Amino acid sequence: MRKIFDFHGGIHPPENKHQSVRTPIANAGIPPELIMPLSQHIGAPASPVVVIGEHVLKGQIIAEARGFVSVPVHAPTSGTVLAIEERLIAHPSGYLAPCIVITADGRDEWAEHSGTPNYQDLGTGDLINIIHNAGIAGMGGAGFPSAVKLSVKPDTQIKTLIINGTECEPYITADDILMRERADEIIEGTKILRQIISPEETLIGVEDNKPEGIAALRAAAQDTDIEIVTFPTKYPSGGEKQLIEILTGEQVPSGGLPSEVGVVCQNIGSTVAIFNAVVRGQPLISRITTVTGESVREPQNFEVLIGTPVQYLIEKAGYQCEKSNRLIMGGPMMGFTIPDTDVPIVKTTNCLLAPSETELSTPPPAQACIRCGMCAEACPASLLPQQMFWFAQGKEFEKLEEHNLFDCIECGACSFACPSNIPLVQYYRASKAEILQMRRDHEIAEQSRIRFEARQQRLEQAEQDKEAKRAARKIAAQQRADAAQESGAEDPIQAAIDRAKTKKAAQQQAGGAGEENELEKLEKLVVSTSKRLDTASAKLEQAKTDNSDLVAALQKGVDKTRDKLAAAEQALKDYQHSVDTNSSEQPSAGGAQAAIEKAMQARAAEASLSPQQKARLDLEKLQKRLQKSEAALVQSKEKGDEEKIIDALESTVARLRTKINAAQQQLSDAKDA
Amino acid sequence: MALMRLTSPHAHGPMSTQRVMQNVLLATVPGIIVLTHFFGFGTLINIVWGSIVALACEALALKLRRRPLGFYLKDCSALVTAFLLCIALPPNSPWWLIAVGIASSILLAKQLYGGLGYNPFNPAMVGYVILLISFPIQMTAWGPPRGLGELPGLMESLQACFTPAAYDGTTMATPLDLLKQNDSLLIKDLWGQYPQFGRWSGVGWEWANIAFLAGGAWLLYQRIFTWHAPIAMLVSLGLLAAIFYDGGSSASGGSPLFHLLGGATMFGAFFIVTDPVSSAVSVRGRLIFGALIGVLIYTIRIEGNYPDSVAFAVLIMNFAAPFIDYYTQPRTYGHSNKRGEK
Repeated sequence: MRKIFDFHGGIHPPENKHQSVRTPIANAGIPPELIMPLSQHIGAPASPVVVIGEHVLKGQIIAEARGFVSVPVHAPTSGTVLAIEERLIAHPSGYLAPCIVITADGRDEWAEHSGTPNYQDLGTGDLINIIHNAGIAGMGGAGFPSAVKLSVKPDTQIKTLIINGTECEPYITADDILMRERADEIIEGTKILRQIISPEETLIGVEDNKPEGIAALRAAAQDTDIEIVTFPTKYPSGGEKQLIEILTGEQVPSGGLPSEVGVVCQNIGSTVAIFNAVVRGQPLISRITTVTGESVREPQNFEVLIGTPVQYLIEKAGYQCEKSNRLIMGGPMMGFTIPDTDVPIVKTTNCLLAPSETELSTPPPAQACIRCGMCAEACPASLLPQQMFWFAQGKEFEKLEEHNLFDCIECGACSFACPSNIPLVQYYRASKAEILQMRRDHEIAEQSRIRFEARQQRLEQAEQDKEAKRAARKIAAQQRADAAQESGAEDPIQAAIDRAKTKKAAQQQAGGAGEENELEKLEKLVVSTSKRLDTASAKLEQAKTDNSDLVAALQKGVDKTRDKLAAAEQALKDYQHSVDTNSSEQPSAGGAQAAIEKAMQARAAEASLSPQQKARLDLEKLQKRLQKSEAALVQSKEKGDEEKIIDALESTVARLRTKINAAQQQLSDAKDA
Repeated sequence: MALMRLTSPHAHGPMSTQRVMQNVLLATVPGIIVLTHFFGFGTLINIVWGSIVALACEALALKLRRRPLGFYLKDCSALVTAFLLCIALPPNSPWWLIAVGIASSILLAKQLYGGLGYNPFNPAMVGYVILLISFPIQMTAWGPPRGLGELPGLMESLQACFTPAAYDGTTMATPLDLLKQNDSLLIKDLWGQYPQFGRWSGVGWEWANIAFLAGGAWLLYQRIFTWHAPIAMLVSLGLLAAIFYDGGSSASGGSPLFHLLGGATMFGAFFIVTDPVSSAVSVRGRLIFGALIGVLIYTIRIEGNYPDSVAFAVLIMNFAAPFIDYYTQPRTYGHSNKRGEK
């Protein structure tokens, strides 16, 4: 006899299993319409591969798995795809979820499929592939993809394969009836699983309240080394962690997987589904569901197509809606009430419980917690539920986590035991959800913080780089200067300063410092603006090729810069023009020295001329300048230049005219003389 | 079809807070019968009058706090407090003493903290200690047990309660008083000199203790509480008594049986220490909680100023309960022994 272990806590609710095992498994038949949710498992939802109106055959894939932790969905019977839309699904929150709706054609025509009765020849990878492609997800309730569970890391040694036939929830007999009627399939399925993970020992764990099932399994397992282990009935011994402790004495580390203690668990229902998939080549399109409770006339187990609406199934069992006001999917401990009878049976639906009010009464209002500790005595995870309740009420999430809230398996034993009717599990569920939400929010905030800090750092780095370059240039210039001094050559900086000084002195001498500065400014403006235009245009080109959304803004910038450049050039031109016209009075900027010399030469030349000659010469010069000025004035007027410029030109013209008059007067005087 | 939506679990166990309280009340019955047999109707009158005052106080507080009366009164917690305090009071106590005690218990120790489940101290013991400190004469006026003096009849007891000025009852030192005052006699001689000592402990007291033990055993069987706290208390008290028995010398602290069946030991162990609200909750916590109460009871009985000490010991440990809980969290499934580690 194998040593079995006990786990902490647990409760003994009334079992109520006998009602539904009086008759053999009944076939529920084909409902007129089947609703196939795309997500009946833990992991990524499947994605549809059929279109509306398409005719599908029984067993045909209608939605593909998306990724490894996902399973495909198959058509449970032949028919037509009526819709791919959001439908109410079996979920405690009454969610709508994407579903493929199929209208059955009643012919129940199979798609081509073939099994492998000699599965011994198949490799592990092939077997896991078959299981994955058959859409099998844990049928005990959680719906974790079986193929994922079976794909243990190659370096993990699995000591024990456990087939979970505990079925500790009251009322449910889906596994029990499978053991009674299909023990051979269970054993054969177990052999397939054993072949996949090659454990040292293979156990089927069953609570001792199923003597018929145990006997049938023992008979079927006679010539194998598969051991049927029975243990005292106690809720929740069927929880994976609890069952592992019962059978091996080991506890799965918190947050860890059973494989960490060398165990892989599979549910009885999943085992049969795996047998069907491998040996018969049939995907998971039907399951055993217990329909029970005092509100159905004939409690029994049905072989029901996945996607069958609840309404269709409960009618088969003689549902009396006047007797019941709630329908529970799953058992009375962990099951959830469904919002409507239109929801479909899914891969994880092991039970539909329609209790009467006397059977499972509406809970009375909660009383105060008297800290009696009955919840702590019942808790299979050895938590302190009453303390956690205190913290949950006060939203002290840190303390909740300190008290290992996330090790709570939500089995409901504490709520069952609580004399004050406090819905403890509900508090934990809500707190868990809130903490998870906070973690998600925190993660988002953290990411933003990291992004912001990275940007700050980048900007700082750029600034530092710039500073470093500046410093490097300074040092280089200093070095050059030093080198120049050492080699006796002229100091470039000093030279530059000298040059600048000379230039300034010259300008002052020439009396044209103002114009010089003005001109330089305008020239610089033109150069810098054209440079800016170049860079802006380059940026615009880049943005255009990148298809960036900045194009419009850049375009605007370029246009503006171009306008500015045009204006600057114009201003420069005008200025040069006006300077040229005034050049005799105010020597031009370029060569101040040359102008001075020229003027001196001119004066010297003038000195040698006769007054009459001189006057004529002056007159000619003035007339030339007048022509130029008049032309400039006309041009300016045509172009619509600024008033100031026009005014200046006009006054120049007027002045020149006066001067010409004076010169003519002088000339005539000279002639007279 | 719209259906009712409820969260799991849908099944609920048979236990209710009301039933827990009713069971506790029921379990006090053997002890009350024995006390009545040995000390007259005083205890019964205490209980009846105390219960009335308790319900009135509870109703008043609920009304002031705007809570539904029926819902909270029917949990029977006020009655439990009244029973426990009134059992602890000397029989034939005046009405006002009982009323002050009950009012302190219900209003001060319980409702001011937020009612049932929120009181850090055992309400009955708070009431008892307030009375003991405020009215020491009335609180130590135990009459002689049956066989050692005239027992007052029903009318006399009623008179003692409601017209205390007109009542002239006799009182007698309790065995714990005698032991405390003894400093010259061997235990054997002490036993011979005073008729108050019975077979193992005090006359009447030993049977009352046995009756409360029986009631407690029944509650244990009913799984109203776990064995940890009461047994730890009894073991630690018995052990200390054994260690300091000193062969029955004049300096002896009394035999283990004398302590276990004397005074309020069993009543305290099964009806006071087990109060869930104000005690530690984890299994190890309850063991520590109970054991330390045992130590305090013995220490105060031998070294303190008061002959019996269950109330003080329990109140002191009520202070420590949250602290004990903090350090005695059970190891969660899948975690290593160290708290907070996986």
